[in-house]
Amino acid sequence: MANKTYIPDIDRGMYDIVNPENHRFVADKGLTEEIIRSISQEKQEPEWMLKYRLKSLEIYKSKPVPTWGADLSELDVENIVHYVKPNVDMARTWDDVPADIKETFERLGIPQAERESLAGVGAQYDSEVVYHSMQESLKAQGVVYTDMDSAVKSHESIVKQYFMTLITNRDHKFSALHGAVWSGGSFVYVPKGVKVDKPLQSYFRLNAKGAGQFEHTLIVVEEGAELHFIEGCSAPKYGVQNLHAGAVELFVKKNAKLRYSTIENWSRNMYNLNTKRCAVDAHGRIEWVSGSFGSRVSMLYPMSILRGEYASSEFTGITFAANGQYLDTGSKVVHAAPHTSSIVNSKSISKGGGHAFYRGLLRVTPGAHHVKSTVNCESLMLDAQSKSDTLPIIEVMNEQVDIGHEAKIGRISDDTIFYLMSRGIPESEAKAMIVRGFVEPITKELPLEYAVELNNLISLELEGTIG
Amino acid sequence: MTKTLLKIDNLYSQVDDKVILKGVNLEVRAGEIHVIMGPNGAGKSTLANVLMGHPAHIVTDGHVNFNEKSLLEMSVDERAREGMFMSFQYPEEVPGVTVVNFLRTAKGQITGEMPSLFEINSEIFENLEDLNMRESYLERYLNQGFSGGEKKKNEILQMSILKPKLAILDETDSGLDVDAIKDVYEKIQKLSSEDNAIVVITHYNKILQYIRPDYIHILVDGRIVKSGDLSLAHRIESEGYETFKEVI
Repeated sequence: MANKTYIPDIDRGMYDIVNPENHRFVADKGLTEEIIRSISQEKQEPEWMLKYRLKSLEIYKSKPVPTWGADLSELDVENIVHYVKPNVDMARTWDDVPADIKETFERLGIPQAERESLAGVGAQYDSEVVYHSMQESLKAQGVVYTDMDSAVKSHESIVKQYFMTLITNRDHKFSALHGAVWSGGSFVYVPKGVKVDKPLQSYFRLNAKGAGQFEHTLIVVEEGAELHFIEGCSAPKYGVQNLHAGAVELFVKKNAKLRYSTIENWSRNMYNLNTKRCAVDAHGRIEWVSGSFGSRVSMLYPMSILRGEYASSEFTGITFAANGQYLDTGSKVVHAAPHTSSIVNSKSISKGGGHAFYRGLLRVTPGAHHVKSTVNCESLMLDAQSKSDTLPIIEVMNEQVDIGHEAKIGRISDDTIFYLMSRGIPESEAKAMIVRGFVEPITKELPLEYAVELNNLISLELEGTIG
Repeated sequence: MTKTLLKIDNLYSQVDDKVILKGVNLEVRAGEIHVIMGPNGAGKSTLANVLMGHPAHIVTDGHVNFNEKSLLEMSVDERAREGMFMSFQYPEEVPGVTVVNFLRTAKGQITGEMPSLFEINSEIFENLEDLNMRESYLERYLNQGFSGGEKKKNEILQMSILKPKLAILDETDSGLDVDAIKDVYEKIQKLSSEDNAIVVITHYNKILQYIRPDYIHILVDGRIVKSGDLSLAHRIESEGYETFKEVI
């Protein structure tokens, strides 16, 4: 008999409480109202949330699987409850975690406790402490930072005002699924005029909770306030459930500023179908820093809706597709007000037969005059087997606009490798240097510890195929 | 007798099906400066690239000894670690890699010990002044957005830091204005010592007022057709390469 990891004193929420026999019973029937009700009941949610979940379930069942992007045919949507099924994490032990993932933890320098947490077989107490001490200093400034499940009860009116208003259950099949089964995630509320001086990191808490499959993140930055929020980490998140359908809703009010940084590194069996949106009011600013690693399939297009005059957005993204991966990523910007401006800088790397697809949207509405936008896409393919595509969609309905678009697709140059090698640098290191240089504009946007991890991750990804 | 650093015997090379080097012979000893001149397309840059090990150039015959080792069996980076250096005619741009980080990594590979940021910085500063380069170069990305002159100065800065046993300078004067030529070639002369050797490849002899070569070689159609002292360079100035083409 395999050893189970015993985790005392951590409330794992409904997943551990729900009667497992019931679940085995419904597993073949697909996602049912009964399951949704039990999720809501275990969370002791208000009635409106339950209603929203049930409505979402209905919509989910009526919507088709999108076919315009990645191939999702192997995703078992008829039996989606398989992905929602509780208890799987608890049933596993450290021995069940694949060797390559263990090795990656080790080489990224992730401490043992965090490894177990990331692998879903343990929880981390140190991080909980860090989280709570952080909370104290924020509380003094009136900032609310808690998990989404708690926020529904403790800050119900704010949640009710914003929850699933930017991303709705009608947007697509997986936003409907999210609306029905969402659990966990972060809630941040920054009051008017408060400038949070240190970045808030959800790194620890999310992992400690073992959440992260259908998590919902809601951030409201009130007028004149500022926040930098960092989510995720560069270690691979390993789960038996292989569907991730999270949602991130960001609200940036007048004169406010938000920087939202994420590094997502999913295990290689994951379907990552994530939706992220931000609404920006007059003179407000959103800055996205987004890293997409791992997963089998990703579809991720963070969207900025510039709805107030002089609102601005900047998106900086890196996607790394290795063998067996199809990563369909990009950025969407809607200029819905005059004098709004946006910058998109996207970079992708593909190697070992990986496929990186940039899919972007830039839309300027009829009333939005004096709009400025720059879109830059650069792709680097490390070998002849890898693929890269760029599909920028530009819809401009106002003539007074200034729009620039540049796309570059290239391979790693033999002459550049020769040049670096002629200075004594071995071939593998020369290639790693070129790749690190390629992503440097992104790493320099990250806090130091993330930049170091990202560079380590790239070195790891490059090993094996090069040398 | 001073030590022989480089000995080339009957070297043949080709790119695709095109034969370029057709039996080059050359011997370079420590402490010497050699100048190789010749018309366009004679194979001067090819010789530099073959010695450094560019993958597009295939050696079909001949033998090269460098520092008492067989050069042609070594990989490009091994050649560099053995003390070979080539100043590129068209240095590559490497976005995202700063000059200082690049030099630090390269120095670490060549000496076997990564210098500290302080050590590499002070070594760079010692050499910047000679080359009339600003400190701001260090934080720029390697050759990216550099003018032609800045790229060439950067090559010689690398040579100053990496301290090769044998430096092959492939048309380092091309693209340089008069002041920059003076800075660069005076620096090259300064870097010359009893322990190293320098092979300068050039079209023109205007650089000869700044360096003091021991030998001048004329390369025509893939072979060294004439070797001599400085007076040979002056003959070319008055007679052109036509005279030497007839030698073949």
